[in-house]
Amino acid sequence: MNGFAIQFLHGLCMTVLVAAISGVLGTAVGLAGAASKLSAYRIPMWLAEVYTTVIRGVPELLVILLIYFGGTAAITFAIGRYVEISALSAGVIALTVIFGAYSTEIFRGAILSIPRGQWEAASSIGLKSWQIWLLVILPQMVRVALPAFCNLWISLLKDTALISVVGLTDIMRVAFVGAGSMRAPLTFYLAASALYLLLTSVSLLAFRRLEQHIAVPGQLR
Amino acid sequence: MAPSDLDRPGCDDVAALRVEGLEKSFGNYPVLRGVTLTAHRHEVIGILGSSGSGKSTLLRCLNLLELPNRGRMWVLGERLKLREAVNGRGGAILDRRQIQRVRASLGMVFQSFNLWPHRTILENVAEGPTHVLRQSRREAIGVAEQYLAQVGLADRRHHYPHQLSGGQQQRAGIARALAMEPAVLLFDEPTSALDPELTGEVLKVIRSLAEEGRTMLLVTHELAFAREVSTRAAFMHDGKIEEEGPSRQLFLEPASERLRRFLQSHY
Repeated sequence: MNGFAIQFLHGLCMTVLVAAISGVLGTAVGLAGAASKLSAYRIPMWLAEVYTTVIRGVPELLVILLIYFGGTAAITFAIGRYVEISALSAGVIALTVIFGAYSTEIFRGAILSIPRGQWEAASSIGLKSWQIWLLVILPQMVRVALPAFCNLWISLLKDTALISVVGLTDIMRVAFVGAGSMRAPLTFYLAASALYLLLTSVSLLAFRRLEQHIAVPGQLR
Repeated sequence: MAPSDLDRPGCDDVAALRVEGLEKSFGNYPVLRGVTLTAHRHEVIGILGSSGSGKSTLLRCLNLLELPNRGRMWVLGERLKLREAVNGRGGAILDRRQIQRVRASLGMVFQSFNLWPHRTILENVAEGPTHVLRQSRREAIGVAEQYLAQVGLADRRHHYPHQLSGGQQQRAGIARALAMEPAVLLFDEPTSALDPELTGEVLKVIRSLAEEGRTMLLVTHELAFAREVSTRAAFMHDGKIEEEGPSRQLFLEPASERLRRFLQSHY
């Protein structure tokens, strides 16, 4: 078991790394998706609609497998010889795509919750569209979206466990290998559970603090 | 002579705001059916009419929160570049920069205040001067504090909108519009969302602005107040200006039967 402590530490780092990168990129995708869905132009609106419908409609595990094998096939086709996509990039891409689809809907709902008058007041003093987004809409949207966004982040942390199927050495993979080789499945899976619980608890605490930090003073929610 | 010649900057009498033949419909339902109105500098124009007569829509068209389907507009003699609606395609803004610049010179005060809830009222008022007029932070805060003092909210400047009463919020809304030093102030039923005991403090501020000689358009249901502060008045009915003239004359000697009945029932 002692030899596995260092392995678990590596796995933990990998899990955090994958979650952090996919979280950041997925948030960007989500913002773009929400903006497209709410735009006055038809084509981006439809593209965003198809994207969220497909991704949310297919199991996460399948999305990961499709991107891993599909990505490998695509690169092989493009280069002309067999190249395997790395487990890390396949995992990050898959989780980004998944996180983006769900956060699109969270952001869209949050933007819709902002009364029209907020936009009108901003444009009536002559603010440009990007200034309205940055100064008026985003700060209010974040406050509305944060609880649901925290939820999504927690499930992203746990979804990273799915990437072990394509061979990425994350917490789950370490636990799986350890459980098999040491013949102590319960010990290893309990250890892995503890690590995920640690990550999610720290996240919850961080989001709680963030929520308090950005709350408008004295406002009841 | 065409009106566009008359209103060119440099002429002696450049109207602060002029619209001609303004039309607007929502779907197939016409709300404005050819409105022509001129606001000269230092005029206070009261816009009266029953609900649904189009007076709020007129005001919202004036700073292009609603895009008119047809009609021409000038602000300080500058013709606004708009595309007319044709065959189901709505009207459109042809020069966004021009419209943003012009909007900054038309201050709007909303029925529901529309203050930004995540900002203190000082920040609400300083936002325009900082980001549109590109004043330094210090300068913008100075301007904001000056106008908040003018509307009697100096001691509340670090409060958030939800910590203020409706009347105070509306006064902050007026300060926000004033901080842009607008050529024309547009008031869209500024007291309609307020409890009766709070309308007085807002009307007092509007009256003091009228006395300063600011150019204002005032859509209101407070007929007694409109009569008192406005130099001219326009009565709207069914998307058109039914009658227009000096305020005193409109209220004392209404020419049309419809206005007479409106005044009798509301005033």
